[in-house]
Amino acid sequence: MSSTFLGMPATPPRSPYGTGNLRGDRKFPEAAHDELRNEQLRRNLGRATRTIRAKRLDVTGELPDWEALREAGSAIKTDTMNRLPELLEQLEQKVTERGGTVHWARDGVEANEIVTRLVKATGSSDVIKVKSMATQEIGLNEHLESAGITPYETDLAELIVQLAHDKPSHILVPAIHRNRDEIRQIFLKEIPGVDPGLDNVPAHLAAAARAYLREKFMTTKVAVSGANFGIAETGTLAVVESEGNGRMCLTLPDTLITVMGIEKVLPRYRDLEVFLQLLPRSSTGERMNPYTSMWTGVTPGDGPQDFHLVLLDNGRTAALADRIGREALNCIRCSACLNVCPVYERAGGHAYGSTYPGPIGAVLTPQLAGMHAAKDDPNSSLPYASSLCGACFDACPVKIDIPSLLVELRHQNTEQSGTTAEKLAMKAAAAVMKHPKLFTAAQKGAGIGRVIGGRDGRISHLPPPFNGWSESRDTAAPPKQTFRSWLASAEGAATMRAAAGEYEKNRKQQKKEEEEK
Amino acid sequence: MTTARETVLGRIKDALALAPAPDTTVPRAYRTGRTLPDDERLALFTDRLVDYRATVHTCTADRTAQVVAEVLREHGARRIGVPAGLDPRWLDAYDGEVQQDSGDIPAPRLDALDGVLTASAVGCAETGTVFLDGSPDQGRRALSLVPDLHVCVVDLSTVEAGVPEAVARLEPRRPTTLISGPSATSDIELERVEGVHGPRTLAVVIRTDR
Amino acid sequence: MRIGLFATCLGDTLFPEAVKSTAVLLARLGHDVVFPPGQTCCGQMHVNTGYQREPVPLVRNFADQFGDASIDAVVMPSGSCAGSVRHQHEIVAERYGDAALRAGVATVKAKTYELSELLVDVLDVEDVGAYFPHRVTYHPTCHSLRMLRVGDKPLKLLRAVDSIDLVELPEAESCCGFGGTFAVKNAETSTAMLQDKMRNIATTGAEVCTAGDSSCLMHIGGGLSRIRSGTRTLHLAQILSATRTSPYVPTEAVR
Repeated sequence: MSSTFLGMPATPPRSPYGTGNLRGDRKFPEAAHDELRNEQLRRNLGRATRTIRAKRLDVTGELPDWEALREAGSAIKTDTMNRLPELLEQLEQKVTERGGTVHWARDGVEANEIVTRLVKATGSSDVIKVKSMATQEIGLNEHLESAGITPYETDLAELIVQLAHDKPSHILVPAIHRNRDEIRQIFLKEIPGVDPGLDNVPAHLAAAARAYLREKFMTTKVAVSGANFGIAETGTLAVVESEGNGRMCLTLPDTLITVMGIEKVLPRYRDLEVFLQLLPRSSTGERMNPYTSMWTGVTPGDGPQDFHLVLLDNGRTAALADRIGREALNCIRCSACLNVCPVYERAGGHAYGSTYPGPIGAVLTPQLAGMHAAKDDPNSSLPYASSLCGACFDACPVKIDIPSLLVELRHQNTEQSGTTAEKLAMKAAAAVMKHPKLFTAAQKGAGIGRVIGGRDGRISHLPPPFNGWSESRDTAAPPKQTFRSWLASAEGAATMRAAAGEYEKNRKQQKKEEEEK
Repeated sequence: MTTARETVLGRIKDALALAPAPDTTVPRAYRTGRTLPDDERLALFTDRLVDYRATVHTCTADRTAQVVAEVLREHGARRIGVPAGLDPRWLDAYDGEVQQDSGDIPAPRLDALDGVLTASAVGCAETGTVFLDGSPDQGRRALSLVPDLHVCVVDLSTVEAGVPEAVARLEPRRPTTLISGPSATSDIELERVEGVHGPRTLAVVIRTDR
Repeated sequence: MRIGLFATCLGDTLFPEAVKSTAVLLARLGHDVVFPPGQTCCGQMHVNTGYQREPVPLVRNFADQFGDASIDAVVMPSGSCAGSVRHQHEIVAERYGDAALRAGVATVKAKTYELSELLVDVLDVEDVGAYFPHRVTYHPTCHSLRMLRVGDKPLKLLRAVDSIDLVELPEAESCCGFGGTFAVKNAETSTAMLQDKMRNIATTGAEVCTAGDSSCLMHIGGGLSRIRSGTRTLHLAQILSATRTSPYVPTEAVR
């Protein structure tokens, strides 16, 4: 029920539990445990993220107004969220005026049904797809397949993932976890009629994908895409890409179905001047991506004559209802935060279990799909999958303060979780530390740690939950004397007096030297 | 029964009521309205195009036909497509076969062409981007997409310094394609490879005096 | 200047040498170092782990201990604790505190500094008269670097040290993998990050890896000790407080 009827706002629902691809089947530490053991993955990710980091720094560094662009991008998105109802209604009106049809979907299940119905109405049993996070999020491919429709992913990386019956592990480069040798193997095994002499040269692998998909582009009557931006003022939609598969899908079929999250709307056409600078430089580290397609409804004689726009909620309004968390909706899916994240670089995208991995995924996923405390939800582990190093915040083109959002979501998680051993320990620690006398006594107690330290003062084994720590790190046995007891001691007082005396001595010396001059 | 539209809009209004935020004004302190002298724009535009592996040819307007013919010959294009509104004089020196595009030619047949020759609407020097907007001298989007070679004529007078200046010249309702170099991918180990689904060769002919 | 010294719970209890060095260094520079004895902990671990109600008394205690107008500046040898005071205390006070707490937090926040900030920005000194004839590499801890934006202030201080052999740490700005309870909850990912950090440290051939935060040093030092690397960790303050007359003498095992 909405305020329209009750006059009292209700908290909007999350994406329905058990639908789509916004939840893994185990918690982050367990998933990371396996991923970290995959040496190939570690090498592939380390190499790829290092390459892209350097490129991004080069092309963002060459713009003297980069910070001003980030400020503008951030403010445009914040302004968008504040005015979301009117902007969406405006977008709908403009698209409709230009011959498009607009659909609304409360969640992924509804969006999947709408798309399937639209595809069936065309009589086609195949669809070609442009890489889209929104359709990945709602599990559209799986749903289409269950309805007897074959979706063909046309982005090279998505194709690799689809052919390998794998899952994407990166927002921009879904097959980042695969190297050229693995991709060659996948193509040899899965592409019908591929040249058996195919080698591992990236250009040759790309050519094999071109040959395979060419026929699909020329013959398939329906395409499904996402959208990077939807302009309320004009009804224009934009897809930013590199390979030309996007242009193919957006241009050649008779029917185009675009699934767009409601947060992707932008107020003005002019706003593109900001995002067309922020997005390519942050994502692929290019001054401009090779291709951007922009279309407004239907253009007679050019491109699909049947155009549908599906506006998707699926938990976005739940995120919007959170004063702090809603900032995650500003994300433009550039993946810069993934590329700079030390946790992502080691554990990889699959460990997050969601369509949205990395730092932004760790804040966006729990907000879209929830962290159900009662169900021991894997999503509840995502906000902790960060050392809070802050590299993501610095890299974000729309200045999303991801570390603060992570801390906020951790807080929401502890608030929902009831009484846990950790909460009791935290309470106990705070209870001791709020009383200086108790704290001093506890410090003395810590001195007992000296007993478990070896003769060299190293502690090499600790009990759970600290056994993971002591697996690879020694811990120093607590020293004989705390700072405060040293300061209160005769030795401490004498040392401090001597230090102050040194200053006086130096000052006199200086004065003397100046006078002599 | 409540429609999905009413439900979603209602949820948004509820969300904004639960977590109201102050109005935001957008600071636009970034560079806009930049101008650069012709030679600097030409140098920057050329540098950026070449950086993304487009081939660049510069000429005066009266030499358009010669340069176009040379470029097409260089790439072995014996059969090309052109949009209906292209200036026919640009083809004066070309001795290959020319197929004028029309909406009833199915896209797969464009695949048989060696290349396509179009004009352009706008350029952006700082990013090396050419903007096509479907005007009669640029044609429908499929035409400049399906053939493997795209020869694009750009008037220097339409090339703006940066992205804001270029976007300001666009007509939003036209289907618009931004092209920065040939088709490329970074999907394999984040290494850029030119040539996937779009034209694998982009040749830009910049006319300096119109 | 009258400077309030916050030892931090970790420094006070486990790494007193870093705090001693901070106190001695400031006294040697002619400042009046005061140690409010009621101080305990800033509550960073609580907030970073998701607890905001529990640390309210800690935040209040910090504001009470250091709020006194006679204290001109508050210093702590920890980038992350300074970050907590400057960025997190107001979040806690906003949500679970009262007007008095919010006012108190704002007052101390404005005069709180990490050590290198205090020296370079407030006391306007880069050469503190230190002597340290060893090969050193510097790890800029994340909260110093990205939360406080201390920039190259620690390096300016280190470059001015007499006889130091300062070598650049490759990929210095990458996190060491500590992250407080992250190193416990996600110990294996943390270890993977630590291993890369240690590998970079090894390439410098440094005797000492230094930083402005004992917590990160506890992590890096714990790893270096485990592999018997021969490189030890030392807080920035301990290098800056070493002089020809009272040179640095190793006293602890692991850090």
